[in-house]
Amino acid sequence: MATTVHEPPKIEERRDPSPPAGNSGNGGWRNLVPADGKLPAVKDYSPPPASTGIWVVLASIAMSFAAFTSALIVRQGSALDWRHLTLPRILYLNTLVLFASSVALEVARRRVGSFMGGRKNQVASPSRWLYIALFLGLLFVAGQYVAWAQLRSQGLFLATNPNSSFFYVLTAIHALHVLGGLGGLVRVIHRLNLSILRKSTLDATAYYWHFMDALWVYLLLLLWMKL
Amino acid sequence: MHDMAKHDAAAHHAPTSFIGKHVFSLDHKVIGKQYYGLALLAALVGMGLSWLMRIHLGWTNLAIPGLHLLTKNGAPGNVMTPEFYLQLMTMHATIMVFFVLTTAPFAAFGNYFLPIQVGAEDMPFPHFNMMSFWVTFVAFLVLVSSFFVGQGPTLGGWTQYAPLSALGEVGGPGEGTGVVLWAASIGIFCIGQLLGSLNFITTTLDMRTRGMSLWRLPLSAWAWFITSCMGLTAFAVLMPACILLILDHVAGTSFFVSSNIVINDQLQPHSGGSTLLWQHLFWFFGHPEVYIAIVPGMGIVSHVLITNMRKPMLSHRVLIYSMGALAVLSYMVYGHHMFVSGMNPVSALAFSFPTLVITIPSTIVVLIWLGSLYGAKLRINTASLFGLGFISMFISGGVSGFFLAQPSTDIMLHATYFVVGHFHLVMGVAAMFGIFAGTYFWFPKMFGRMMNESLGKAHFWLSFVGAYAVFMPFHYLGMAGNVRRYQAFTPDYMQRLIPLHQFITVAALVTGAAQLIFLYNLIHSRFRGEPASDNPWQATSLEWSTPTTPPPHNNFGDKLPEVFHDPYQYGVEGAAGDYVMQTSPEKITTGHDEA
Repeated sequence: MATTVHEPPKIEERRDPSPPAGNSGNGGWRNLVPADGKLPAVKDYSPPPASTGIWVVLASIAMSFAAFTSALIVRQGSALDWRHLTLPRILYLNTLVLFASSVALEVARRRVGSFMGGRKNQVASPSRWLYIALFLGLLFVAGQYVAWAQLRSQGLFLATNPNSSFFYVLTAIHALHVLGGLGGLVRVIHRLNLSILRKSTLDATAYYWHFMDALWVYLLLLLWMKL
Repeated sequence: MHDMAKHDAAAHHAPTSFIGKHVFSLDHKVIGKQYYGLALLAALVGMGLSWLMRIHLGWTNLAIPGLHLLTKNGAPGNVMTPEFYLQLMTMHATIMVFFVLTTAPFAAFGNYFLPIQVGAEDMPFPHFNMMSFWVTFVAFLVLVSSFFVGQGPTLGGWTQYAPLSALGEVGGPGEGTGVVLWAASIGIFCIGQLLGSLNFITTTLDMRTRGMSLWRLPLSAWAWFITSCMGLTAFAVLMPACILLILDHVAGTSFFVSSNIVINDQLQPHSGGSTLLWQHLFWFFGHPEVYIAIVPGMGIVSHVLITNMRKPMLSHRVLIYSMGALAVLSYMVYGHHMFVSGMNPVSALAFSFPTLVITIPSTIVVLIWLGSLYGAKLRINTASLFGLGFISMFISGGVSGFFLAQPSTDIMLHATYFVVGHFHLVMGVAAMFGIFAGTYFWFPKMFGRMMNESLGKAHFWLSFVGAYAVFMPFHYLGMAGNVRRYQAFTPDYMQRLIPLHQFITVAALVTGAAQLIFLYNLIHSRFRGEPASDNPWQATSLEWSTPTTPPPHNNFGDKLPEVFHDPYQYGVEGAAGDYVMQTSPEKITTGHDEA
């Protein structure tokens, strides 16, 4: 076995927990987005746990929907009772609404980002765009409700046939996740108004929201192909 | 060393009210203790249920006083009905697997010690952490409540195979409301585990203190990290399965119930569902769950044994890689639970192969333990004895796994007591021994007092001998063809096995009673134990360098620690003692490489 003499460790910049760069890896006060836009610009901040945490959350949601997908495929092949189902057209409109909501959130995030990056001195009304994103998100959920009402009016209920079962289950679980995201948006707006919003919280919320888009497009394709 | 900044996401002020301090606490240490308390309660309930079952198996017609209190119709004259036996069995298994084996080694010890071992003030999302415990507690209440609702708890076994589990009350007592409560409880439990995993992963990746590289994490921290990665994906699959199962009950869907099922001359109102779909979803979770139960034990036992061996493991990294390999492979082997489900023999082969492959990392882990123990001057205390016991149980239970991994032998042994003996040793008793090792080892840090060693050793020897006396004969029973889940042994060939069942029952009662020694030791030491020093085992990792014992609210007082060394610097030449703590800035000359 080699005999070695060890020096005290070198610290990677990113992991350096000492102030003023931050502490415990969360970026400290430099990660705060002020509503009045008066904090001095900073170039870097260490990645806070929310930046890692959001990927953990998305991985677990992706896994859940993978399970639902495999259930759908197995159930489709298990009997001859799989019937064709025409998707309500409003779903396509809802898709556009959800996309628009994502764009609005991204505009808000970029504005805050360019301020945080020191490229701008002021943040021009980020909360307005957040409210737009919130409104469009609510509109999406309302639109999904209209889609369910249309199916019900055709006599297609949760237990009518396996197709409708999966339609309701997948869209409802997705809508629940969207509602969770709306809760996150409300929290972001609230914290921005109090000047205690962290950039990482905004980023995480935005990633979640965009993931809801991608997930919805995936579900729509799945339902369109399989139902 | 450096000051802690004021705006830490994890930093929260020490609560002053009783409720903030002990009930709805954000402190990971309190949450860890809450998890431990829940696991202890669940273990006592689960053990009590197993006693009832064992007494019934040994003496089928014996009246058990007070049994009727647990059931409306399941114990006429205090003698168990077959249905009630199955209900007890289902609840025993569910409580033990979810609320003891998953909760204690992972959620309880992990919550308490992971943030301290990485050198953080707390987990990054304390509110989620608090929620994860209370959600788990609610899940436990929901599960236990099924004893007192309708026809009692479900009788379908912890695996809840469809179609029985999806048919409703017509399937038997408890198959209606009981199953819905079971699935709701497990669904809620999944939420708690997912929140916990989120915190564990981010704590490990983002909350490490200065100098704490990933390779400098103790093996226990690595085990919790790997387990949380498994939990994240496994519980995310079980939850959809539970949702679909509940819908089959309450919404009349047919996900898991096939067509043309007739019960009591009545055609059931379901059609086209896939009974195997449940098995696939369940076992995709179920097999990783086995490793979720055992990997934290591996980490804890390694941590405990290294400290008592006074030397590091033969290879720190290979041990970590092996635990990681177990985690990855655990997703590829689940089909071995379904060899007799009518699967294509090619599929059986495809699942059999990785099942045999998974024995390789398991064997590597065992060989590293044994090789490291060889020649070590092991300090014999209760914690290290339970560590050795863990290895013994893991080997004994693991060896029978070879026979079950191969379809040709599994078809004969499937659903016999051989399987019951196998998993009780390898994941049940072994994981319990891991919990005990962790308890005796960390109790001084958690409560500032030492546990009684004499009582501890008595507890170990009775548990060690007792566990073998209970579970080794199970293998014999299984080979003799004793089918599991039978509440009485009426066929001729099984009647000859009854004396052995009676022996097992006596052994189980004695071994169970020995756990009362542990309970007494735990409670007595909590209040009357000898005061513990900050580092009673002369250990090196960060939990032993807290400024007070138990650690203060923010773990390290005014200064976060700084880490200079690998976690296990024992037997260091030229050091002041025979060990160098991770926080010690002294330069050292070691006989082994540092990360």
